[in-house]
Amino acid sequence: MQYMLLIYAADDAGPKPGTPEFEQVMKGYYEFTSEVQNAGAFVAGQPLQGTNTASTVRVRNGKSEITDGPFAETREVLGGYYLIDVDNLDDALEWAAKIPTSGYGSIEVRPIMELPS
Amino acid sequence: MKSKDVASTHIAVEQIVRTQWGRVLAALIAQFRDFDLAEDALQDALLAALSSWPKNGLPNSPAAWLLTTAKRRAIDRLRRLKTASDKQGELQAIADMAQDCEHTDDDMGDNDSGIADERLRLMFTCCHPALPESSKVALTLKSVTGMTTAEIARAFLVSEETMAQRIVRAKRKIKAANIPYAVPSEDNLEERLHSVLSVIYLIYNEGYSATHGEELIRKDLCTEAMRLTEVLLELMPNEREVLGLLSLLLLHTSRHDARCSINGKLITLEQQDRTLWDRELIKRGVSLLINTLTNSSCKGKVGAYQIQAAISAAHAAAATYEQTNWREISMLYSKLYEYQPTPVVMLNGAVALSFAHGAEAGLAAIKQLEDEGSLTRYQPFYAAKADMLCRTGRVDEAIVYYRQAVELSKNATERKYLSQKLDRLSESLERDRK
Repeated sequence: MQYMLLIYAADDAGPKPGTPEFEQVMKGYYEFTSEVQNAGAFVAGQPLQGTNTASTVRVRNGKSEITDGPFAETREVLGGYYLIDVDNLDDALEWAAKIPTSGYGSIEVRPIMELPS
Repeated sequence: MKSKDVASTHIAVEQIVRTQWGRVLAALIAQFRDFDLAEDALQDALLAALSSWPKNGLPNSPAAWLLTTAKRRAIDRLRRLKTASDKQGELQAIADMAQDCEHTDDDMGDNDSGIADERLRLMFTCCHPALPESSKVALTLKSVTGMTTAEIARAFLVSEETMAQRIVRAKRKIKAANIPYAVPSEDNLEERLHSVLSVIYLIYNEGYSATHGEELIRKDLCTEAMRLTEVLLELMPNEREVLGLLSLLLLHTSRHDARCSINGKLITLEQQDRTLWDRELIKRGVSLLINTLTNSSCKGKVGAYQIQAAISAAHAAAATYEQTNWREISMLYSKLYEYQPTPVVMLNGAVALSFAHGAEAGLAAIKQLEDEGSLTRYQPFYAAKADMLCRTGRVDEAIVYYRQAVELSKNATERKYLSQKLDRLSESLERDRK
């Protein structure tokens, strides 16, 4: 079963780029990714650029309305994701807890909806 | 069919539902991995029993009979469902399952030793931390104890519809998110067991100090919580916190008769007639606790339930309220705070401290709570502070706090008790002024 691990954190949370702590987090991500891959659970995973690069599209009455910024202004923003394939929710939660950002942000775990073929 | 037989069958079925529901349902879910299907099939089997047993007599093992019948009904249901969607592969799987069922269960209920006990898996699933709190409670009662949705709704004083929704929501999430039907691995066991124990304790507490309504103790919920703990203990013997919880519940229950007067008034620990305490339950609770703490074959660590049981045991050991060993209780509360750093534990600790070392010490200990404003809607905080103020002679301040306690109380008997205290205090203040 596939689960999406959505990585959320406040923009100002966690170590700043250039600090040794930041290097540590990066190293953590590198190790985490290889661990998921080696376990055969990795489907996909990427970090996202910051919310200041986000654009939002809404189609209303057939017209595209494009606005700057993320859909909702919240403190914690989506910063990246992993798509994994594991047996059940407990396994997914276990992986989620190993994502470095879980230490200062939060990981939302959502099962992928399977569409009938 | 004689009406007497029908009536006695009804009684037998009711009895079996009370004692065997969880066991049979758990076995069905283990096989079919579907709460709804398992439940519907078991309902079908109960209906079949009502028509078959008066004619053919009670089977040797009604539980095994129900399980076999329910399995067949479940397979029928699956067949109908899958024929409609016409999936050849799945139909074959069902046919295999049906054949398995024929081979293993052709005794139709001769003995129940063959029913694997899957209730532990069921309990861990129903109490999974990924489910909302209110759903965990409802689903556990429904699945493990066999209480009906209407009964659970009544016990928690919500509408049947609301309760049904909570159960549906939980089942839907179990299925959609694929919450496993399993006992968690050793690494997670402690944390996950805690989730199960806290659900049981929540059920007991709702019964013991009914937060709403006219009745002070809802014994049905207390009984179910005790039964759940005993089932859990049967499945995980020697687990320290499970033993601790059972000990705690036994000690709480020993005071039921003393805690509530004939006309439904709350009687505080201080005013209880201690001869009404059930000595047999106290003995069981205390010896269980001592065994838990001293027996090296027990597993797990010291935890919050064992410490709370120790506090309750310390109260039980005192012949009168005045003889209570408040120093010991105050120490136990500081220990408990390490495990449960909550404002409520701090408040209770402060009350014990106020008796061990004086009301001023108690007031100093709750000052932090008041500054933080963490218990501003919590009635016992105001009642406790009022009592401490009263004991230091600051009667007019005490009255202010009692008034707030009365306002915040949601339980009729409790409110009456607090109002009486307030009235007496106001009268004495009046007298002093005159």
